[in-house]
Amino acid sequence: MDEASAAEPDSARGTGDDVIRTRALTKRYRGGQLAVDGLDLTVPAGSVFGFLGPNGSGKTTTIRMLVGLIEPTSGTARVLGRPMPRSTRAVLPHVGALIEGPALYGFLSGRDNLLRLDAADPTADPRTRRTRAAAALDRVGLTAAAGKKAKAYSLGMKQRLGLAAALLRPRRLLVLDEPTNGLDPQGMREIRTLVRELAGDGTTVFLSSHLLDEIEQVCTHVAVMARGRLVTQGPVGTLAAGLRGRLVVTTPDAADAARVLKEQGVGDVAADGDRVTGDPPDRDLAELNTALVTAGVRVRGFGVERASLEDAFMALTGEGFDVAG
Amino acid sequence: MSRADPETEGTARTARPAADTGPVTEPAGAGRAPSPLRTLGLLRSELSTTFRRWRTLALLAVLAAVPVLVGIAVRIQTGDGQQSGRGGGGGPAFLTQVTHNGLFLVFTALAATLPFFLPLAVGVVAGDAVAGEANAGTLRYLLVAPAGRTRLLVVKYATTTAFCLVATLVVALSALAVGALLFPLGDLMTISGTRITFADGLGRALLIALAVAVSLTGLAALGLFVSTLTNSGVAAMATTVGLLITVQITDQLPQLHAIQPYLFPHYWLSFADLMRDPVYWDDLVKNLQLQALYAAVFGSAAWARFTTKDVTA
Repeated sequence: MDEASAAEPDSARGTGDDVIRTRALTKRYRGGQLAVDGLDLTVPAGSVFGFLGPNGSGKTTTIRMLVGLIEPTSGTARVLGRPMPRSTRAVLPHVGALIEGPALYGFLSGRDNLLRLDAADPTADPRTRRTRAAAALDRVGLTAAAGKKAKAYSLGMKQRLGLAAALLRPRRLLVLDEPTNGLDPQGMREIRTLVRELAGDGTTVFLSSHLLDEIEQVCTHVAVMARGRLVTQGPVGTLAAGLRGRLVVTTPDAADAARVLKEQGVGDVAADGDRVTGDPPDRDLAELNTALVTAGVRVRGFGVERASLEDAFMALTGEGFDVAG
Repeated sequence: MSRADPETEGTARTARPAADTGPVTEPAGAGRAPSPLRTLGLLRSELSTTFRRWRTLALLAVLAAVPVLVGIAVRIQTGDGQQSGRGGGGGPAFLTQVTHNGLFLVFTALAATLPFFLPLAVGVVAGDAVAGEANAGTLRYLLVAPAGRTRLLVVKYATTTAFCLVATLVVALSALAVGALLFPLGDLMTISGTRITFADGLGRALLIALAVAVSLTGLAALGLFVSTLTNSGVAAMATTVGLLITVQITDQLPQLHAIQPYLFPHYWLSFADLMRDPVYWDDLVKNLQLQALYAAVFGSAAWARFTTKDVTA
């Protein structure tokens, strides 16, 4: 649409490294509902960026603004260094997207669905269309079902076909909104492997999910949303590391163990049945174990439980991971 | 439990060379403006998608059936030795001629389908054009492809217009086939009473089909506009057809005489003037202008709406 605007100088420090950058991005729907509130999101190039939040937290609205389907009420969004939604025609050919589940023409075959979407992209070469569609189908394991009408597809197959559409061309950014929805565990594993492969090729992957373990398994970075606001963002490690792990001792002699641990300088000791937990001290934990054993405590288990993203999320939002109202 | 060492793994993967991540350059293999031929690709895709839809084929089948029914009815009636004598108006005037010349079945069938069946079919296709895609969710994928909103809308209107033409031709060809089968063909008489050759008659039939197809383009634009207002294909179709019926009724009420020249179906039956000798162009031209006006007004409205709309479906 507006090609000239793309030439405007980037304001400040190398925004070129960020695949997505939003500033005070806000969307208020006509009903007055504030779906996204002052979002400052930065997605570095080459990352697998987990976009986490309960259903209704504004993830999908954000994604729709990023791909130009929804106009922000205020604030800016830049994708691949260009403003959205003004530069959709220049940006979107480089972006593959799966938004809020797959949507297909039921009366067309899987292959014809892909051909149609590819024909919609004016920058896609019609001469390689069939080859690219076949390659994309192959990549998501749909080659055998390519000629079948899409209405006969299972939810998992539809999801795969949606992914195939996102992979019709080499992309610099993949926006995947809940890509494993409706898939069985095997399918979920395959999608994760696929995401890792794509990231390995240098594609930045922006992955929204409400499944914490999914984000933990594949993402390098994570942002957490709750009630339309960004709660935190950063490398996945630092997020979980912000919460210290807990020392956990499993023992039938819980009372003795708690006493010994306190003597050894472990803080915040708590006993619960045969589990005794505390903040681990900054020294070799092996010595702690020796002290326990020398004191005659029978130790069944000993170790540090790392804080999970779920813990991090709870600590950040002060609430459970439930649907926001 | 969480990963073994998220910190190092995280940073290791982040530290990917960012060589190719500057602001977007023009997509490889395409010039600054992609070849217009590639827009034809979307048009072709849209045409084949529309005409492969079961519903479109059903509509065309119904339209093709109308001349068959009319033809058989006339044949049976005249078989009884009766002449159907309904005269007056643009349409039924042709009916009496059908028994003498099968070609008149083309004019009769078009006159019979133009007030309702044809616009109904067009209303369904136009109403569903954008709303149906929104309803199925495919609209967001087309836009993200990126089809471009203006481009998609133009392609949708072009396809709807193509459907107007195809639907009209289906009626005309079906009528021609049935007419040739059930009745004699040959030279024919114009409304003005002059005699023209069969070839001339065929040419006029084609012109009439074109005039009928053009008559539907205003409604097509109206339907497309309605289609951009909602995410429900059924609602858009129902609204378009509802508007059509309302306008048709309004066009018949003598009290509303003043606004009638601005109603899109007002000059629809002017196509009969092509059967005069010489052709009486006034109403035909007025019809053309009126359809162009509707296409411009509702086309702009559809564009204004569609290019600024939040696509939430």
